[in-house]
Amino acid sequence: MPSAEGRTSCGLQSRADTPFALTFVLRGVAARGFCRPRILQPAVDSDPFAAELETHRRYLLRVAQLQLRDQDVAEDVVQETLFAALTGRDGFSGRSSVKTWLTGILKHKIVDVIRQKARQPVIEATFDEETDLEDFDALFRDDGGWAAPPADWGDPENALSRREFFDVMEFCLEKLPAKTARVFMMREVMELESDEICKELTITANNLWVILYRARMALRECLERHWFSGQARA
Amino acid sequence: MFHRLTHLVSCREATRWLSQGEERPLSLSERVKLGLHLRVCEACSRFAAQLRLMREALGRYRR
Repeated sequence: MPSAEGRTSCGLQSRADTPFALTFVLRGVAARGFCRPRILQPAVDSDPFAAELETHRRYLLRVAQLQLRDQDVAEDVVQETLFAALTGRDGFSGRSSVKTWLTGILKHKIVDVIRQKARQPVIEATFDEETDLEDFDALFRDDGGWAAPPADWGDPENALSRREFFDVMEFCLEKLPAKTARVFMMREVMELESDEICKELTITANNLWVILYRARMALRECLERHWFSGQARA
Repeated sequence: MFHRLTHLVSCREATRWLSQGEERPLSLSERVKLGLHLRVCEACSRFAAQLRLMREALGRYRR
């Protein structure tokens, strides 16, 4: 089993000649999560599988962060995911990609965190502020027709072959309101069933539909504005 | 005639049904009204195609 000791993501190491006070500060920084140990690091050098897992860290962090909106918790969850994958590599069937497999592990870790949070007596803001459809009416005229109809996206298949398109998509996902993004990611990326999401987040089916509708409308608008209208990219 | 069919259901409603169709089976009445609307409304047909593309993009994002 790989050791978590010694290295941190910032490359800091406890050294005998580090002044006592500074060691204390560094430990504090590490403890607050600014500089946590990379459990996989020692394995990456000698183990190609660990090295491949490590290449998905950035993606996993983005996905976790979009759902949890807490950098510290997101990093913990990703670390646990990578560690579970490393120690449970026999569970990888090879039928799906490593990335899809990791996404599946991450899904369970995120649901666990959400369940723990739900048990805490801290009352989170309700979804109400994000399920109100009123401000979306600006998209449509009074008679229910489009105020600004969707533009022609040209050759959208071309977009899917471009890495930059996915950067723009991440940017657009990050612009969604926090809870809207969480629900949308759970549904579209984690592929949780609608009733699972409703149960975990204690929202009604109607809330869910409204939130997903808003997310899709906002994502569509953002992609159109930041990618498809600049056909220079095509 | 086409004009009247388009207005059986508004674009606002049509887009909501298109989105909800991903989460629940639409009723027969909703499917019929939506189908008629899409046959005559270019903007909502475009929107439907864009929804499919976004789904495809999110699928590739996790693969």
